[in-house]
Amino acid sequence: MELDIVLLSRAQFALTIMFHYLFPPLSIGLGLNMVIMEGLWLRTGERRYEAMARFWTRIFAVNFAVGVASGIVMEFQFGTNWSTYSRFVGDVFGSALAAEGIFAFFLESGFLAVLVFGWDRVGRRMHFFATTMVFCGSVFSSVWIVIANSWQHTPAGHVLVEHEGAMRAEIVDFWAMVFNPSSMHRLGHVLLGAFILGGFFVMSISAWYILQRRHEDFAKRSFVIGLIVASLASWGELVSGHAQAQMVAREQPAKLAAFEGHWTTTDEPTGLWLFGWPDEEAQTVRYGVEIPALLTFLVHTDFETPVPGLDQIPKRDRPPVVVPFVSYHVMIGLGTAFIGLTALAGFLLWRKRLFETRWLLWVFVFAVIGPYVANQAGWVATEVGRQPWVVYGLLRTKDAVSKVVPGEQVLGSLVLFSVAYLALFALWLFVINEKVRHGPTEPEDDPRDEVGLLAAAIGARQRGASLTATEEEN
Amino acid sequence: MDLNLVWFVLLGVLLMGYAILDGFDLGVGVLHLFVRKDHERRLVLNSIGPLWDGNEVWLVTFGGALFAAFPEAYATILSGFYFPVMIVLLGLIGRAVSLEFRSKVKTPRWRRYWDASFFLSSFTVTFVFGVALGNIIEGVPLDADGEYAGTLSMLLNPFALSVGALAVAGAAMHGAIYLFLKTEGDLQARVQGWIPKAFGAFAALYLGVSALALYTQPHLTDNFADLPAAWVVVALNVLAVANIPRAIHLGRPGYAFVSSSCVIAALTFLAMMAIFPNLVRSTTEHASLSIYSAASSQATLRLMGIIALIGMPLVATYTAIVYWVFRGKVKLGENAY
Ligand code: HDD
Ligand code: HEM
Ligand code: HEM
Repeated sequence: MELDIVLLSRAQFALTIMFHYLFPPLSIGLGLNMVIMEGLWLRTGERRYEAMARFWTRIFAVNFAVGVASGIVMEFQFGTNWSTYSRFVGDVFGSALAAEGIFAFFLESGFLAVLVFGWDRVGRRMHFFATTMVFCGSVFSSVWIVIANSWQHTPAGHVLVEHEGAMRAEIVDFWAMVFNPSSMHRLGHVLLGAFILGGFFVMSISAWYILQRRHEDFAKRSFVIGLIVASLASWGELVSGHAQAQMVAREQPAKLAAFEGHWTTTDEPTGLWLFGWPDEEAQTVRYGVEIPALLTFLVHTDFETPVPGLDQIPKRDRPPVVVPFVSYHVMIGLGTAFIGLTALAGFLLWRKRLFETRWLLWVFVFAVIGPYVANQAGWVATEVGRQPWVVYGLLRTKDAVSKVVPGEQVLGSLVLFSVAYLALFALWLFVINEKVRHGPTEPEDDPRDEVGLLAAAIGARQRGASLTATEEEN
Repeated sequence: MDLNLVWFVLLGVLLMGYAILDGFDLGVGVLHLFVRKDHERRLVLNSIGPLWDGNEVWLVTFGGALFAAFPEAYATILSGFYFPVMIVLLGLIGRAVSLEFRSKVKTPRWRRYWDASFFLSSFTVTFVFGVALGNIIEGVPLDADGEYAGTLSMLLNPFALSVGALAVAGAAMHGAIYLFLKTEGDLQARVQGWIPKAFGAFAALYLGVSALALYTQPHLTDNFADLPAAWVVVALNVLAVANIPRAIHLGRPGYAFVSSSCVIAALTFLAMMAIFPNLVRSTTEHASLSIYSAASSQATLRLMGIIALIGMPLVATYTAIVYWVFRGKVKLGENAY
């Protein structure tokens, strides 16, 4: 049997990056929430903010570890599976990746140690500094990786040169490469997407505590912080996404046409499908609702200029439509829902009814799935919409794979990764669940509190625990 | 010194940093099944707890720097060594996960499982790195496009396998010395007992691999003719090896650790020296990938040089801060593994 190594490598890349991207957005988003909580602790000196910072740090640490483990796979996969691509782009792409290592990962991992293990070894200020540095590190790493990825979508600052008998891209203008037409748009969008996730994650667990009537003071305060972060980021995401869509219309019209299921160019202004299912055979969208002229308005801010459709693109350069269309619409639908949900919660909070509205709290317990799906859907739309190119207009995906790797080995590694990642994901869920069930250590049952050590020891005894057991639990 | 050479040296520095730093925590992983009590295993694991992640970043940065500076070598090596690389990646995942998850549930079965997995992944990663290094030192068959032209089984040749064994022994020795430094009391006394054994295995394998290398790979010493000063490194290396048992005997584990770090640095240097000016030496009639033919453009090498110049002092600062914060004997705090 002849194995299709392009298909297998694509499947493996999609699997490993989508798995990796489950964790970074939470690391970034939760990091922001932790900086806020610890900042509040530093300013007010209130013990409950310390309890918050400590609790969310424990969850953060687990998430971060899985993020690191799955990230290392990505770093080497360009060479293992996409070696022709690596030869072609190394000069440009490699530098961004190396910069990520030097500027971001060292910062993140170094201060992570202080953040997680340093509570009793450094002072409060130093600890807050470490938390902030970990957050900055995670932002820097998204800066560099998004720049590298954006260059594939809108290459700039390079020339094509022959090297050792093959063509490759070489940097001539570093800053043009860094500020390529899509990088800053996408960076803002990715970061806001991560902040939304962080906010919803905090709200989800907090809502659950409130419903269970456990750790209520802790949970309510955490919820409000998460709500503020998520509300601001959701509105920001809409603005940033809109600007980004205009950028895509300029730079990658084929991709925009695929997002919108727009095949036939007409002289009329172009409408926008609110939802629907594209039919690639018949080149039309079925079961959908279309708002006339809206796409024209969103792209050109007028009601006349038509938007070019896929018929303007040579057949061999057209992306698939179903996957980009569906994932793009899922993302936008969810984005709109987040704005609605956070606005409703904000309103009820203002009327002081939020924490009594049990059904809404239940919605928030599960709503965290939304940002996960939206983040994944966004990437899927972006990446599949770039096809058939891996570097837009320069290198096709099918020409980018490794030439010497036998198909069986790719199949083997794909199976191994699938099994390992499935197990890892289950474990991650299990451990996060354990942490949530265990809950925060609240100031009133914190043995180090003002009451003094002896009283604390008695207190611990009365609660049926021993001091060593508290230590073992962590 | 031209930029290509600068980057060859910088890659060597990153590799040394990785081998020295991750070397001890891989070694701790190889050894930790020898302690039996849960409390002691936790001490052992927590001695590397805050540090292993940062140590691994040296590998990640090495990968990024190789990609940027010598993309042809990055592409040839990673696609040519496809399966071993996948095993290493899964092993690195296994290590991170075992360490993180072990502590989260208290039942002995859960912990036994993760302990076994931590040992197995640490052992495998170390061994496969050694085998890969062995192949790089020997050279591999390349085709006219500079792609790997061999098979998977050719990577498992006797010389490469013996370098793999040497890597495991070296890491075990380095890790044992590190543990000796970080533990106290009864546990420390037992750790001290492991050092001579690990040292013996390392010294024997070191002699064996050196003899095998000189006998089967005479090209390895070619560069010494151009750089006789390199013999000084060989001599210092022998002294550093000899200093390890002496320092342990004198009860100066700090010296012993510095010595074993020097040994690792010297071995990395000698390996780089052996392949220079190639990154991937070809054993066929087709050309090798040298630091010139495999390199990025001069503009990129210069740019990356600036990045390194800004970044390296920062990295050194963070590393120093973290090692300073976690100095001294390991204790189990509230957030320990
Ligand atoms: C928007 C952000 C983002 C995106 C698109 C990616 N990553 Fe990532 N990555 C992070 C954000 C991040 C992070 C937030 O910095 C991590 C996740 C773990 C962690 O939680 O830190 C991280 C960890 C991480 C690590 C481990 C670092 C360490 O050892 O500390 C590596 C090697 C990579 N990533 C590499 C990649 C590559 C090669 C990617 C693309 C193909 C990629 N990441 C996509
Ligand atoms: C609310 C309206 C939104 C609009 C109009 C919008 C718009 C867009 C557009 C046009 C792209 C494609 C960019 C490209 O191909 O270069 C994109 C990508 C993406 N979106 Fe959205 N988006 C919205 C909401 C969201 C939300 C709520 C999330 C996550 C929580 C999200 C996460 C992403 C991600 C991760 C990507 C891929 C990375 C990138 O290209 O920036 N988006 N979005
Ligand atoms: C720079 C190197 C990259 C290369 C060579 C690359 C290449 C590819 C390829 C070939 C696919 C398969 C497309 C398909 O099956 O239709 C893919 C999918 C994907 N990529 Fe990228 N990509 C890169 C960077 C990134 C980055 C930085 C991200 C962000 C995290 C990302 C996110 C995704 C996602 C989510 C998919 C899944 C799409 C699907 O389901 O097929 N990619 N990429």
